[in-house]
Amino acid sequence: MTPANPAPAKVIEVNDLVTHYGERKILNAVSMDVRDGEIMVIMGGSGSGKSTLLRQMMALEQATSGSIKLMGQDVDKMNIREMFEFRKKIGVAFQGGALFSSMTVGENIMLPLVEHTKLDSKTMEIMVRMKLQVVDLAGFENLMPSELSGGMVKRAAFARAIIMDPKILFCDEPSAGLDPVIASALDDLILRMRDALGMSIIVVTHELESAFKIADRITVLDKGTILFIGTVDELRSSNKVRIQNLLNRRTEEETLDPDEYLRRLTSGVEEIAGNTGL
Amino acid sequence: MKYEIKEVNGVIVVTIEGDVDLQSSPEARKALLDGVGRKMPVLVDLAGVGYIDSSGVASLVESLQTARKNGQEFALAAISEGTRRVLSLARLDKVFTIFDALQDGLKKLG
Repeated sequence: MTPANPAPAKVIEVNDLVTHYGERKILNAVSMDVRDGEIMVIMGGSGSGKSTLLRQMMALEQATSGSIKLMGQDVDKMNIREMFEFRKKIGVAFQGGALFSSMTVGENIMLPLVEHTKLDSKTMEIMVRMKLQVVDLAGFENLMPSELSGGMVKRAAFARAIIMDPKILFCDEPSAGLDPVIASALDDLILRMRDALGMSIIVVTHELESAFKIADRITVLDKGTILFIGTVDELRSSNKVRIQNLLNRRTEEETLDPDEYLRRLTSGVEEIAGNTGL
Repeated sequence: MKYEIKEVNGVIVVTIEGDVDLQSSPEARKALLDGVGRKMPVLVDLAGVGYIDSSGVASLVESLQTARKNGQEFALAAISEGTRRVLSLARLDKVFTIFDALQDGLKKLG
């Protein structure tokens, strides 16, 4: 017998992920998942590992150990053709926009269609204009990226990320550096795209207000480990000290343990000094 | 995806069934432009379309524009809630004439 409301399928499954950069452990036994049609926000301070996790979920970088399944397929086991097909199903809005400065806004947005499809040029042109309408940049197709403001570049990057109607959209710090009104409009756009297109959206951000507005669930990373996974309400009612610090926007500095800080500053110093003859 | 083009009481009905995506939309585009090429009012029956992506919607837009240039009527019928959401994202629900049922469209255009 099947349950009346089965849980949505998992589009991303991260299992026991460990990542080392040289001696440094960036991710430590990270396990989480993203469900079909869900907006999952990944939060964490600088150096928490959130950007590394995002890159590995996009299959741009390999973990040291553990596994990532994207739409049921193990990333490590995909051949080149499978990876090419997979890339058609994901969209990526990079933090800085990553538009090509030598191409018009319209050419930038059309690029994935030119690379991955054999659609008629008229169809592609109309798709570009539709997506520009979606991101409130109607009529901007012939401008160069240098003629756009920071918020407009982000929206144009969104238009490019969704041009192929991806099943999964990755957004890296979508509202960073934007004024609150434009940031809020981008949040609305993320919600509208999910509702209309049913895509799963993974957003890395450190903006609490934005996270609370758009997230179905939030993953909080701290020093490479999962500190919390749950809904906004569950996050708000968490009594973990580090979660409370996050909610109260306390910085690492404000919550500094003096003894731990001293240990960090001096650990191994004697050996270094000895080796250099000081 | 499959399609059928037929004439019903002076209206060209283009019936599309299945998913219209990056793979199948060129065929849907061909069917739509073929229907418009018959110089009669065109009604697109989308009751059997479960999913339509932007490339499919772009083909509908191109067909609508071609029909308007020719002075033909062009309308959609029996669209699903999902199709309506995709159209409304780019505010195209304001551009197309949409009938709830095929029969309503046939009465109006015929």
